[in-house]
Amino acid sequence: MSAINYTKSDPVNVTSGAHVVVQDLSKSFGNFQVLKGMNLEINAGEFVAVVGKSGCGKSTLLRLLSGLDTPTSGQIYIDEQPLGGLNPFARVMFQDSRLLPWRRVLDNVTLGLKYQSQQRGQWALQEVGLADRANRWITQLSGGQRQRVALARALVSQPRLLLLDEPLGALDALTRLEMQNLIETLWKEQQFTAFLVTHEVEEAVYLADRVIVIEDGEISLNLSISLPRPRNQGSAEFAELKMRILDQILGRPRQLERDVSALPAFQS
Amino acid sequence: MQLVQSHSSKFSWQTLPWQQFAPWLIPAALIVLWQILAQIGIISTRILPAPTQIVEAAIRLALSGELVRNVVVSLYRALAGFLIGGSIGLSLGVLNGLARRAELLLDSSIQMIRNIPHLALIPLVILWFGIGDSARIFLVSLGVFFPIYINTFAGIRSIDPNLLEMGRVYGLSRKQLFSQIVLPGALPNMLVGLRYALGLMWLTLIVAETIAANSGIGYMAMNAREFMQTDVVVMSILLYALLGKLADSIVRTLERWWLPWHPSQQG
Ligand SMILES: Nc1ncnc2c1ncn2[C@@H]1O[C@H](COP(=O)(O)OP(=O)(O)OP(=O)(O)O)[C@@H](O)[C@H]1O
Ligand SMILES: [Mg+2]
Repeated sequence: MSAINYTKSDPVNVTSGAHVVVQDLSKSFGNFQVLKGMNLEINAGEFVAVVGKSGCGKSTLLRLLSGLDTPTSGQIYIDEQPLGGLNPFARVMFQDSRLLPWRRVLDNVTLGLKYQSQQRGQWALQEVGLADRANRWITQLSGGQRQRVALARALVSQPRLLLLDEPLGALDALTRLEMQNLIETLWKEQQFTAFLVTHEVEEAVYLADRVIVIEDGEISLNLSISLPRPRNQGSAEFAELKMRILDQILGRPRQLERDVSALPAFQS
Repeated sequence: MQLVQSHSSKFSWQTLPWQQFAPWLIPAALIVLWQILAQIGIISTRILPAPTQIVEAAIRLALSGELVRNVVVSLYRALAGFLIGGSIGLSLGVLNGLARRAELLLDSSIQMIRNIPHLALIPLVILWFGIGDSARIFLVSLGVFFPIYINTFAGIRSIDPNLLEMGRVYGLSRKQLFSQIVLPGALPNMLVGLRYALGLMWLTLIVAETIAANSGIGYMAMNAREFMQTDVVVMSILLYALLGKLADSIVRTLERWWLPWHPSQQG
């Protein structure tokens, strides 16, 4: 699918995922402490999903990684460099598509690009399967198409870190499945590091190499998912992992018959 | 795409003349009725001259050069006042829209002045400026200022902060945020302001020219009244209506050019 061969002068010729280290990260709003000394490492090219109760601080963590907010204390390192200000390697995809209605589809995708913008915009639209809608207005697209344009806009600059804040939350089940597969395909192809915030445990297990549960401002579960891709949502292992994460979020005691030691993948 | 669109609009032109003519049917019928009533003497020409008499008056004044001279003078006053008041309103609207500190300092003062009907200032303005052009231009500026200011300000403040946040994540500079997000987002409101401003521009000028002037369309009407030339009076009124309509068409054209994406321009 990568239709374009970039010239040597192109600044984003080589892409690889960013290596992210979060160290003793805290964030407070007034007296209210949302994140309490969080530590986390994300390997280059890894797909991490974050789940947790509403208001537990998932979006807060994502905004800190993007540089839109600054931590109260602690530090974020991107490829061993401390992050100060906006993260230039990261792009964010939001739950609402946040497209500009006064720009056509292609011009939305190329927002902020400086080089070869038309060519690269076309390429990104092709990646998300909307090449034929390049000249439409945003109001002429369905909700699912808008999210695909937003995904193209996020990917066009070939970011090394893609931050997704419930990007599929507003879509119907069928479109969501399609989008999940699209995100997985593009992630494999582009090899960026992906950080997905979601409230759907199933989505997290389907897409991520690792699922993280946030509780009381801390990481309460850090679970590797080593099921082979593409994953089968109907399999027993899949259901087991899903239950394990749900139990953690809802604070249910673990049951004996769900003993994870039988499955080598479940080392937390 | 382009080809299909132009073809389809041509199509509707040829097969649906009704859509083009319908809005003009009632005005045309009224004019015909008016002409008939005037000719058979039901309406006295001292009260309301026949349409043909008004056309004759227009031709007479056009030939003498009086018509063009007065229209040009009125247009000059309108445009000068519009440019002065409009540019101050635009600048202050943008400034206060972008900077909270400027808003805190200026906005409540501006709102206080807004509560004075600007036409109530006419006696004071005549005392300050005399009855020359500067008085009228001042009044027009004042009339134009407020709708431009208020709508520019409101337009900028109505920008979705989420879009600005998105722009920052996507690496736009402050200048780009302004030109690519703030300005296009505020433009629909600004054009609403422009439409109101143009309406107030004519209204202010009519009043100012009728009360104190020795040239202009309003003067032409008041002068004709003294000589009982009802035809010239009616013609002047129609002239104002025509110029007002022209201003409105200009705004509509701007909307079509600048807001092709807006729901009001689609379908
Ligand atoms: N700008 C802010 N000012 C004050 N409090 C905030 C702010 N942003 C977030 N919070 C608070 O921080 C907490 C975490 O918010 P956050 O948006 O990170 O939650 P979340 O995990 O993303 O929830 P959801 O799943 O509902 O999106 C919430 O209690 C919220 O009220
Ligand atoms: Mg959130």
